[in-house]
Amino acid sequence: MAEFFQLYVAPVAWIIGGILAITVPLLLGVAYLTFAERKVIGWIQLRRGPNVVGPFGLLQPIADGLKLFLKETVIPASANRIVFVLAPMITFILALIAWAVIPFGEGLVLADINVGVLYLFAISSLGVYGIIMAGWASNSKYAFLGALRSAAQMVSYEVSIGFVIITVLLAVGSLNLSDIVMAQNGGILHWHFLPLLPMFIVFFISALAETNRAPFDLPEAEAELVSGYNVEYSSMTFAMFFLGEYANMILMSGMTVVLFLGGWLPPFDMHPFTIIPGPIWFVLKIMAVLFLFLWVRATFPRYRYDQLMRLGWKVFLPLSLVFVVLTAGFLLVFDLLPVAGGGK
Amino acid sequence: MMVQAIAFYVFAGVTIASAAMVIGSRNPVHSVLFLILAFFNSAGLFVLMGAEFLAMTLVIVYVGAVAVLFLFVVMMLDINFVKLRQGFLQYLPIGGLIGLVLIVELLMVVSGWVVSPAGLKTAAINSQAIDGVSNTLALGRLIYTEYVYLFQASGLILLIAMLGAIVLTLRQREGVKRQRITDQLDRKPEDSVEIIDVKTGSGV
Repeated sequence: MAEFFQLYVAPVAWIIGGILAITVPLLLGVAYLTFAERKVIGWIQLRRGPNVVGPFGLLQPIADGLKLFLKETVIPASANRIVFVLAPMITFILALIAWAVIPFGEGLVLADINVGVLYLFAISSLGVYGIIMAGWASNSKYAFLGALRSAAQMVSYEVSIGFVIITVLLAVGSLNLSDIVMAQNGGILHWHFLPLLPMFIVFFISALAETNRAPFDLPEAEAELVSGYNVEYSSMTFAMFFLGEYANMILMSGMTVVLFLGGWLPPFDMHPFTIIPGPIWFVLKIMAVLFLFLWVRATFPRYRYDQLMRLGWKVFLPLSLVFVVLTAGFLLVFDLLPVAGGGK
Repeated sequence: MMVQAIAFYVFAGVTIASAAMVIGSRNPVHSVLFLILAFFNSAGLFVLMGAEFLAMTLVIVYVGAVAVLFLFVVMMLDINFVKLRQGFLQYLPIGGLIGLVLIVELLMVVSGWVVSPAGLKTAAINSQAIDGVSNTLALGRLIYTEYVYLFQASGLILLIAMLGAIVLTLRQREGVKRQRITDQLDRKPEDSVEIIDVKTGSGV
């Protein structure tokens, strides 16, 4: 019995505890990201933003969530019921399971797998299924058009994200996310965003497109498509899309931080900065990148669809391809290629 | 070990069941979704074997790219389900015959197939156990040293297949209006907007 406990019960309890320790703060973060978005955009547009529910409007996301929870779930009569209900679940689950490999600090990671980057890439490339299934199952032309746009857009920008990840991997020599962070050790000058600046910018813009955020939010262009793939959804099914999308935003920011901004490492490797624990630095950096997401949304108008495709295929793809070759050549010529087995 | 055995039977069972549903389900979109489920579970089987790189590549390439395009095309097909079922009895004899031939062929191949005793011994050892390197590294070492020519050749074959697909579908049409993005970006307010002072009541 004691053996059974040691072999099965204890590890399972440990894993479940880890999952809760990640998901609960994540969902809270998602709730307050929607609040931050409304506040920040409010300030940029010289408004106050939500300020009625609770002090400074802080209870607004809770009120919104409660409202959605209490609404009626409507499933259209001609919808494909199973796929219709499955789609929001897939979006939400995929947005959560990607967090399993994100390192929050040294050794603070749920699953420290060797192919962490590939896992993240695989999960983020699956995100398109939730949207395309929702669009098809709704049996509505607006939802379907939104889903088609979204699928084409996400598949296009994934290609350049893949090449950007390859440039980072060339400089690190490991697919493990903790190794990638540790390769940027030694202060802000060693972070990847400086030597790989063009790729950092390409990655950030592709992340905007991948998460369907402004200025690439064509799938939910309310002016022409009502609201895109999720028109027919209501109540918690809609809320799951919403939560999944915002969790994806946080995830893409997390990926940006891990790949380019030194993960949990402090910006300067000296006394006052090293006191603050790694996870706090990690969260602060994620918040900085998220602020960029919101800032971009309040600043730029929506892209036209053909220009969006042109940017993805004719600008970013060649640029990132050339940069893969350039980075590899540079590392080879100056003998900087990382030794096999990880680490610099 | 027991957890691994359970995981194996779950993955294998779901793979086979969903593979059967790919040809069994009436709605082609459901077929594609079952195909995706089958891909997923085979990735799970790869993970159980310790081949996590292959598992992730399977998900990225097949589920993330190939199946999306399948789904894309199948969703836009205009399928009449009543018509689809009409010819069932008519095609049953010939379809059954082809199936029978295939089964006989499979049986002939499989019955003569013996796993070599040397292979059986190494079958359970995964790449991680050999020399402690991760299997991404092990695969990279093999592909870029011993099998580099085969690897490059397969790349070339894929490139030619891609070119072939493009050549087959590319149509040169006359009189297509194109937008030149440089011209659009070069436009200045002075080129397109003229401000005129208009006197009240007189018009332009």
